[in-house]
Order: sequence, then C-alpha cells, then structure tokens
Amino acid sequence: MQHEFIFAGFGGQGVLLMGQLLAHTAMDEGKRVSWIPSYGPEMRGGTANCTVIVSDREIGSPVVSRPSCVVAMNLPSLDKFEETVKPNGVLVINSSLVTREPKRQDVTVVKVPATQVANELGNARVANMVALGAVIEATGVVTPDGLMKALKKNLPPHRQNLLPLNREAIEKGRKTAQE
Amino acid sequence: MKLVFDRPRALADVQTHYCPGCTHGIIHRLVAEAIDELDIAERTVGVAPVGCAVLAYNYFNLDFQEAAHGRAPAVATGIKRALPENVVFTYQGDGDLASIGTAEIVHAANRGEAITVVYVNNAIYGMTGGQMAPTTLPDQKTSTSPYGRDVSSAGYPIRMAEMLSTLVAPQYIARVAVNSPANIQRAKRAIKKAFEIQVKNKGFALVEVLSTCPTNWGLSPEKALRWLEDNMIPYYPLGDFKVPKEVE
Amino acid sequence: MSEKLLMKGNEALGEAALQAGCQLYFAYPITPQSELPEYLSRRMPELGRVFLQAESEIAAINMVYGAAGAGARVMTSSSSPGISLKQEGLSYIAAAQLPCVIVNMSRGGPGLGSIQPAQSDYLQATKGGGHGDYHLIVLAPASAQEIVDLTILAFDLADQYRTPVMIMGDGLLGQMMEPVLFPDRTNVELPEKPWATTGRKGDRPKNIIHSLELQSERLEAHNQKLQEKYADIAATQKRSDEYLTEDADVVLVAFGTVARICRSAIDMAREKGIKAGLFRPISLWPFPDEALARLAEKERVFLSVEMNCGQMVDDIKLAVDCRRPVHFFGRVGGIVPSPEEVLAEIEKIMAGRCDA
Repeated sequence: MQHEFIFAGFGGQGVLLMGQLLAHTAMDEGKRVSWIPSYGPEMRGGTANCTVIVSDREIGSPVVSRPSCVVAMNLPSLDKFEETVKPNGVLVINSSLVTREPKRQDVTVVKVPATQVANELGNARVANMVALGAVIEATGVVTPDGLMKALKKNLPPHRQNLLPLNREAIEKGRKTAQE
Repeated sequence: MKLVFDRPRALADVQTHYCPGCTHGIIHRLVAEAIDELDIAERTVGVAPVGCAVLAYNYFNLDFQEAAHGRAPAVATGIKRALPENVVFTYQGDGDLASIGTAEIVHAANRGEAITVVYVNNAIYGMTGGQMAPTTLPDQKTSTSPYGRDVSSAGYPIRMAEMLSTLVAPQYIARVAVNSPANIQRAKRAIKKAFEIQVKNKGFALVEVLSTCPTNWGLSPEKALRWLEDNMIPYYPLGDFKVPKEVE
Repeated sequence: MSEKLLMKGNEALGEAALQAGCQLYFAYPITPQSELPEYLSRRMPELGRVFLQAESEIAAINMVYGAAGAGARVMTSSSSPGISLKQEGLSYIAAAQLPCVIVNMSRGGPGLGSIQPAQSDYLQATKGGGHGDYHLIVLAPASAQEIVDLTILAFDLADQYRTPVMIMGDGLLGQMMEPVLFPDRTNVELPEKPWATTGRKGDRPKNIIHSLELQSERLEAHNQKLQEKYADIAATQKRSDEYLTEDADVVLVAFGTVARICRSAIDMAREKGIKAGLFRPISLWPFPDEALARLAEKERVFLSVEMNCGQMVDDIKLAVDCRRPVHFFGRVGGIVPSPEEVLAEIEKIMAGRCDA
C-alpha cells in the first residue's frame, strides 16, 4: 500500500509543515516516508507545494506525477493539480478559498472550509491542521492518535501552548470529512 | 673556543637553489633565528608558496606544507584552525601574495587569523624567469614589460602593507628591507615580533620584506642592493603600518 | 543506534559528518546545499569544532588542504559551479595524499546553469576534474539513510587510503526529508596520522606535505605509487545495488535520485508484464563494472537513465564490453525525469527489441 500526497497552497498557509507533520506521524507508525518541497517562482506569497509518500515498502521515486491525494488550499493549487489525481483518488479542497466546483468526477472530493473553521477557532494559521484532519479521515493513511502524538512531539517547547488549538483544528477537520 | 656564529637550528644543513646574491637566504635565516630564539620549532608549521621559495620546506628544519599558488594563507588558516596551539607561518613572494593570492591574504588578514606572514617583495616574478609582477615599479623593464611597466595599461605597483593596514583585525603590519646590515637588523626585529604576536595569540601579523633579484633585474648583487635602496624604498616606504595596542 | 529522525538530506549529511568525527568544515554558500553549512554553523560551535565560512570556494578547499595535512578530519561542500572552482585544490590534495571529504550537491550546468537537480558533473567527478593523473573516490547516495552511511564511510575511506572522497548528491536528495538512523560511534577509534604536520618534535624527521617533484623519475615514481593505490581501491571498493535484475530483459542503470525514479518505473513496467530491473552504482569511481559485466552475460539490453546528456554511458559500455545494446534516456537543465517517462522509454526499447 502506498499513499502519495501533494499539499499545495499559498506560501504562508503552512503546506510544507502539514506535509512534514504527516511524514513524522507515518514514520512513527512504522511506515516508510519521504517528503520533498518544491516552490513556485515566487518564494513569498506564491504557491508552495510538497510531496509526501507513505508506503509499506521501500519508496522508489520521491516525485510523483499522479498522486493518490491532492490537497488544494487555494484556487491556483486546484487549477494546477486537479488533473493529476489518480482515478479513485482523493481531492481535498479548502472550500473557504476555492470558489469553483472541481471538474473531476472519478475521485472522492472532500470540501473543507478550512480557513473559515480556523478563523472560528480564532487563529487563521491552523487552517492547515483543519485540512490535515480531513486528509487523514478521508484516506486513513495514519491514525488520529498517531497524528496527535506527532503534533505534541514536533511542536517546539515554546509552542506547546498551541497544542489544544491544533488538536481542535484537526478534530474539526476530521468531522467535516465524515459528513 | 667560544662559538659566536652558527646555523640556526630551525634551518636545515642543505644547499639552497637560490641564485648568487639573492636575499631569500638572509630572510630564511632571520625567520629561523626568530623561531630558535622563541624556542617554538617543535610546534611550528610553515607554509611554502609557489615561486622562488617553493622549496622552502627543504631549507627549514620544520614541519611544512607547500600550498598552491597564492593559497598559502588559506592553507595556513586550515592548519591553524586544526592546531590552534601551533605556530603557523607562510612565506610568500609578491606574485603569490599580491597577485594570484590577493583574496586569500586579504581575508586571512581580515579574519585576524593568528598566523605570521613573511611577504618577500622583489618587484618581479623570479621563478618563472623575470616577468612583470603586481609590484614591478613604473617603467621597470621585465620579460613581459620589455618597454617598461606602462601604468596606463598595467596599473600601478600594489603596496600590500598599506592596503592590509586599513583592515581592523590585523595586529602588526610592517615593511622592512634586507639591503644593508642596519636594515637587516630591523628586519630581524620585525620578523621576530610578528612571531611573538602569534605566540601571544594576538592575531594576524605580516612583515613585507623588500628583497633583491639580481638575476632577473640584470644587476650584480651589489648593484641590486643599491637599486633596491634607490628605487624600491622610495615607492615602498619602510616602517610599521600597524602596531599592537600594548607595545612591549 | 539513535532513534529514527526525519531529516533533510543536507542536514543528515552534516550530522553524519559530525558523528564521523569531522573536526573542521570550510565552505562558501551556494544553492542547493546551503542547509548543510547552515546546519553545521549551528552544530559545530556546540561541539567545540570549527565552522568557517571561507571567502571563496578556492580558499575553502585550500583550508581543507591545510587542516587535512595537519591530521584533522575535515570536509567542504558545494554545488557544481563551486566544485569547478575547487578542482585546483582537489588535484593538489590528491597529489599530496590528504584525506578529506568533499560534497557536491550538484545542479544544472554548464556555466551558472540552474539551481535544480542534475547529474551533469559525473565526468568531472569520475574522470579527474583537476589536472594530472588522479582519482577521487566518488560515492552516490540515493536516500537520506544512505547519505548518512556513505558520509561516515567516506571519512573512513579517506583516512584508509589517504585520498579525497566525494559524496555526489543532487539538489533533490539534499532537500528531501526521510527517516534516518545514526549508528553508534562512541567507541570508534580514529587512525593515527604520523605523517601529519603537527610540529617536528624530538628526533622525528620533519613532515612535509607537498606535490612538487621537479625530478621526472621521482614524479613518475610518485605517480606509480598513486596508481597502485587506485588499483587497490578499484579492487576492493566497488559498490552497487540491484533490484529485480535476476530475470530482467531490460536493466536500467542509474544512480542517486534517478535510481529511485527508475525503481518506480520498473514496478510499473512489471505490472505491464515487462521484465525490467535496476543496476545502481553506489561508487561512481571505482565504477562497479564487474557486477555489471555479470549481468551482461545474459541476453538483455541496458538503459542508462541520467540527469545529464549520457555521461555514464561510456562506463556502462566498457563494463558490458559492448556485448549488449546500451540505450540512453536523460533529462537535463534541472528537469527530474518522471517514472512515466522512464516507463515509456522502457516500452519503446522493448517494442523495438521485439521488432528486431
């Protein structure tokens, strides 16, 4: 079993970080993982994306052209990556910022108002965690427990106060995906 | 009988390849005397340049590394950073230090590397057969400036001691000459001081030594000494350009 | 063993160098390897070791020369244009038989090129680069863990043979995060270096680090000595890895990042019923020609896949002694080939083979 993710969004939406957190979680759950970043022409304010692979066996190419899951945190990311999702794959969309309907009919579409939920929680920066919650719910790539553990482990000591907020964001994201 | 003159222990008992009348031999001896007097031979590592002094490692009774052309200050940096308790010196000519190796000497000086640099300036490329050096004087004839150094095309001779003394980090920068007994005595004091500064871990020290090249200047050894006095010293004034704050 | 850590290749390399006992690191900033100096600039002062940002690539490699000659474990790193600048120093280091580690996280060329991944320094690394008859040992990792293992090995081989060792990666390997484990090195003893210039004490003859031999016979003898060493290295230090080669009709030959991509392409080919396999050189010099020659004993074709214009093809042809067809597929300019592209190439070759 192999999951391939592309997380894409504006620079500053924390897409590289959500990919890293997923990779950490999967590693701690005994999976093989790889994470590679790639940036748009503009390092700031442009689109940023990363590719994460989670597998039961040795990972070949760390680059994928047909991921099993795309997470589009904004419209340009959906425009760029929608076509690449494997048939029967998963397309997670931040519906707060993506205004159009996806074209693909052969994939599972999960719409998460990640930015809106994050704002309701009082911190727009946890939109990535809302989306990540939806991702793990929709794909089952890692356990929610594992994700929470990895989150605690990887938050630096001076950021541990943000743990409850991030946990709540992940939980809300999971619930949205269940609906 | 009392022994009043002998070869310094830091100098090897071998014949050198230097031309008759060349002042490298004197400068080698001054370096060796300074090392003996400070009793640091067992912890000294020298760095030889590319140029006439390329074989200096054969003439000193010391551990030595021979560097690529101009790179001696970088090599010395590597040695000194690996062995901070050791005394590290470079011995470089003007082609090596003031032309191909300008970046290395400027930045070693600018970092205040605790090394000693003996910079021998004879205004010409000796080893390769008398070509124009960055230090060749205006209108001086060499094998690549047969009509004399044309400053409108080749620029002006570089005064390295003055240039380097504009930097903050260097502790001691001086220019001396070895054309007369009195100047040789002064050169000895300067070279010894440049080693003392390192021994006391104070930082970077450089002594520029005006030297002769009778062979490539086309002069007898004696005339070469006079030529140095009459032509080089007016352009390259002797003296201290930078001295440590607390003068002993 | 440490616990498993998720690390970028560049940072894993830096940590591995520290574990290997690297005391000094000299380098000049260049993309895409800057995480390495940045990592070491944090870590080395913590350990009381020397991090120094040099004024140039040329200065950095000559600082390596000095420190290596003084007997320390020392490393520098750069990327393609910077490695070109280091070639003078590498020639001197090889000639003076100094142990050190050089990292090339290579990028697209020629010239200033791009900052994207490439493998177009293969010939420079394996056939010389600087002047004179010399070799570097060149190791090409394909994962973060292999970066760790080969970096530690590089320091050991450098000391064992008194020779410079290059780690050849690319921008992608340096940026990629993967889990790594660091071996326990607490009881590892580093070799004595009685030849180092540490100051001539007592009766010991003076140590001289140099490469000048004006007497032709002596320089020839020195060259012969170097060649004997290289022959010894070639006889014992060839490294390679294979994946599904046993029954393969087409054997892909690729190193580093590209080998990973080929592995995926091979899985896709197998799903389509094509028997494809992978031969992955780990040591680029010495090139693992004997292992490749064994694969050429069977009727099969070879496909070299590289991020360059075919620099490894000659080595493969020599290894298989031109007994089997050797095809080439490459992308350049910083473009990383996709598994689908490689698969298409495999299909094309196999189709042509059936036609023939």
